[in-house]
Amino acid sequence: MDRIAETWVGARLRSIMQWTDEGIVIAVRAHGETAAVAELFSRSHGRHLGLVHGGRSRRLRPVLQIGNHVDATWKARLADQLGHMQIELRRGFAATAMSDPGSLAALSSLCTLLHLMPERDPHPNLYEITLFVLGFLDDDSVWPALMVRWELALLDEMGFGLDLTACAATGINDDLIYVSPKSGRAVSASAGEPYRDKLLALPAFLIKGRKVPVTSEDVRAGLALTGHFLQTRVFAPRDAKVPDVRHRMVELIERRAQAEA
Amino acid sequence: MSKAIAGPEIERMIQLLSRLPGLGPRSARKAALSLLKRREDLLMPLADALSAAVDRITHCSECGNVDTVSPCSLCRDGRRDRSVVVVVEEVGDLWALERAAAINGVYHVLGGHLSPLDGVGPDNLNIPRLLERASSGEVKEVILALNATVEGQSTMHYIKERLAPTNVAVSEIQKGVPIGGELDYLDDGTLAAAIKSRRRI
Repeated sequence: MDRIAETWVGARLRSIMQWTDEGIVIAVRAHGETAAVAELFSRSHGRHLGLVHGGRSRRLRPVLQIGNHVDATWKARLADQLGHMQIELRRGFAATAMSDPGSLAALSSLCTLLHLMPERDPHPNLYEITLFVLGFLDDDSVWPALMVRWELALLDEMGFGLDLTACAATGINDDLIYVSPKSGRAVSASAGEPYRDKLLALPAFLIKGRKVPVTSEDVRAGLALTGHFLQTRVFAPRDAKVPDVRHRMVELIERRAQAEA
Repeated sequence: MSKAIAGPEIERMIQLLSRLPGLGPRSARKAALSLLKRREDLLMPLADALSAAVDRITHCSECGNVDTVSPCSLCRDGRRDRSVVVVVEEVGDLWALERAAAINGVYHVLGGHLSPLDGVGPDNLNIPRLLERASSGEVKEVILALNATVEGQSTMHYIKERLAPTNVAVSEIQKGVPIGGELDYLDDGTLAAAIKSRRRI
């Protein structure tokens, strides 16, 4: 029996020190002259780093661009070591986004904000949503609204999810048009009327089950909503500010909306 | 820890040489040994050259290039077309373009690219001087020759926006199939970029 247990433990340890997974490249740093330290947001292993030999070579440079969807095999002698990674490209989202400043800002913002996730902690739900958003970065009629949903998902995964299902004051789920900046809960039009100047706008497309066309004003309100909670709940306790690249993304979305109007 | 095999001055020399690109501790030791053997004809002239470089090297006030005079020899060259400014990230990129002799314009070195993760913003780059040059009336075209990376292209879009009020023509270098490149061996991103930037012939 002991031998069986030992074999099981041995196999388990071996599996910890080698895995194969898919992920999204979120950062790459040069290491020495030819290698790079790649940081992935992987499906089953969360945010994970690894040394990529030849990561600065001509072959791997196009692969190790942030936002790219890759297959990775990570190996290390001990579980808590940096370890080595072998990377292969699945889909090059970076190249798709490069020609459009808005898409590129969204991709950079998304990868920068993913650094908020704790290391080696899997978030498969956020991973799926991230991959979905990256797949639509070449369609500027879709990705701004998807970015709002992605930021809501990020807040949710970090434990600061907003409750947009029912009014915080009355419990009803009709006519929800505000969000309380303190509790992060939806507020109905009638209950929120006396405090309308202090409440955040809730765009209709964020209410569960509501299928409505998304306007540029909805996107602006959605980004203001997520931006407020990112700043107050995530960045302020770390004595930091929302990254400039997110401000740039918001600015580009607003500028595009103005041009279209 | 390995035991020192020479005096502290030589060990220090080896340690500093090993920091150079292309040299590890072993090759730095070889280089140091070679310098020590050829004291008169290599070590002393090299020391003099390094000392002179330390004293005289400066950044060009016009373009940000590294030279021993400011403005640099490229900016002083009267045969160059000063109406065309090629914007590059680093001095190494300028040298690469000069090696290729692809353009006879003048340059502008940004000194890096925008990088939100490393906290490099527009204020950390040589962008204000570029805007000044573009607004001077002498410049007709700005060519953004920045790297085809996410950071390089983000910097390019940012500069393009900042240059819009100056009314100079702004262009970017193309991305696609390299000379001698075979499609079968290219990555998906490069192929997609090449197809996107196709032109009618």
